[in-house]
Amino acid sequence: MTTPDLTKVAGDATLVAGRAAALTARGVCKSFGKLDVLRGIDLDVGAGEVVCLIGASGSGKTTFLRCLNQLETIDGGVVEIDGVPLGQRKKADGTLRSSTGKEVAEMRRDIGFVFQRFNLWPQKTALENVTLAPVMVCGVAKDEADARGRALLERVGLSDRLHTYPAKLSGGQQQRVAIARALAMQPKLMLFDEPTSALDPETVGEVLAVMRELADEGMTMICVTHEMGFAREVADRVVMMDAGVVLEQGDPKTFFANPKEERTRRFLARVLDTGFGGPAGAPPAPPA
Amino acid sequence: MLSAAVVGAFDSGTFLERVFTPDSDFAAALWTTIYISIAAQLGGLILGLTSALAGQSRFIGFRFLNGLYVTVVRGTPVIVQAFFLYFGASLLLGFDLFPRETDVLGMSIKGAVLAGIAALAINEGAYMSEIIRAGLTSVDEGQLESAMSLGMTRSQAMRKIVLPQAARIIVPPLGNEFNNMMKTTSLLSFIGINEMFQDAQIRYSNDAKSAEHLAAVGVWYLLLTVIWSFTQAYIERRLDPAGKSDRKPSLIKRLSGSADAEPAAAGQAGGHV
Repeated sequence: MTTPDLTKVAGDATLVAGRAAALTARGVCKSFGKLDVLRGIDLDVGAGEVVCLIGASGSGKTTFLRCLNQLETIDGGVVEIDGVPLGQRKKADGTLRSSTGKEVAEMRRDIGFVFQRFNLWPQKTALENVTLAPVMVCGVAKDEADARGRALLERVGLSDRLHTYPAKLSGGQQQRVAIARALAMQPKLMLFDEPTSALDPETVGEVLAVMRELADEGMTMICVTHEMGFAREVADRVVMMDAGVVLEQGDPKTFFANPKEERTRRFLARVLDTGFGGPAGAPPAPPA
Repeated sequence: MLSAAVVGAFDSGTFLERVFTPDSDFAAALWTTIYISIAAQLGGLILGLTSALAGQSRFIGFRFLNGLYVTVVRGTPVIVQAFFLYFGASLLLGFDLFPRETDVLGMSIKGAVLAGIAALAINEGAYMSEIIRAGLTSVDEGQLESAMSLGMTRSQAMRKIVLPQAARIIVPPLGNEFNNMMKTTSLLSFIGINEMFQDAQIRYSNDAKSAEHLAAVGVWYLLLTVIWSFTQAYIERRLDPAGKSDRKPSLIKRLSGSADAEPAAAGQAGGHV
């Protein structure tokens, strides 16, 4: 942070580096053995849109998110990101074949994934966590990755923790490093899997603040979350999942004020009652 | 210096001479012990890694072979394995599996030594297989997933993220194994390898001072294992950059066996506290 050129890089660093992507899912199905977790999910997410997935545990939110990043393979249906289908490639004769492991890895470069439990690499410092993948996967020069890594960590408020190992960081700090790590790959789409569920209540706000900035800069985001306050204020659209399907969706104002489905009403009453409503400032629960 | 009157029949002069002024015959035997140990441990590491990966294979055939190998090798004495490897082929099949002299990388190696290295490596591999399996499964699945979510291929993620973490878990039990290995080489005297233990046997069969020669060779084994324990401590520190500033196992700790590398490493393996 002392050399002039690094300061310059840090100064004009944006969280969103490239064009945001759009996503289309049609009839996505997934079973684990006899358990049908996803039973035909249809969802469209526009470029730059922020979508929050909510629903009771077991409704398939996390599984759906993992399918989008091919951490799980789907059993049926199609997911396209900017028109490119996941898990499939067109052969010369126009028919489809399964992607190779290498092709799946290439596709994942454009999709950032933030895990509930951070999954930082404990043997690497915060900065090393952020710079490893760009250098290794994209062949970015070490200096360049380093400068961008420093800039990103500064943007998430961790410029004084560059050389700290994850074990010495609080949960909120670890999650912010994890977000910076995902952004270092300059993704077009960010997936968040309950990013604040494993955090102490007092560090939830700092992670949500980073996510809010990211949304403001125009990133396409799909967030599985129990933070109803965040969904209400930041999301362009809220999607309620239930038993492996999309039960209903809408813009947050309408959705929270006037949910159509009885099941959604009961779910919202329950989570808002038990103080799951997120950081202070969330409006009181709508009457159920 | 202790006198003969105090310690009875023990000839301390012979003992001290064997410990402090080793001759060239002994130096050769010492070297044999060292290189057999290292070669067998490296062979065992490769066999163990192969076997551990086979044990996690999608194919039942590989898993079966892994199970058979581990069960049979861990279930029979290493001395029996060495005998069958060295003498078995000529006794049962009529040919020498390990000829008297073989050229390996320009060096002429005795057949018995090669058979001994092979036997110890095969034996070691079965134990290392289980140790490596435990190491790999102890690394949280999320470590692999986060690496792959950033665009690494599975093998890149294994090499860069999972194996370095597994290595930290594997090194302490591996150190135990190598310590054992250095002493187990003494069994190879039974297939005629002139390592440290046989050197001692030859000497006391000439002068009947068995206690002196065995005590002296015991000191040499102790020296080897102590040197190794320092080497191991160094390797453990190198593999754990995150804990580097926190702890440096002291000499006393290492020697008293109370080194607590594992709890600290395990605490960091999950990526959060």
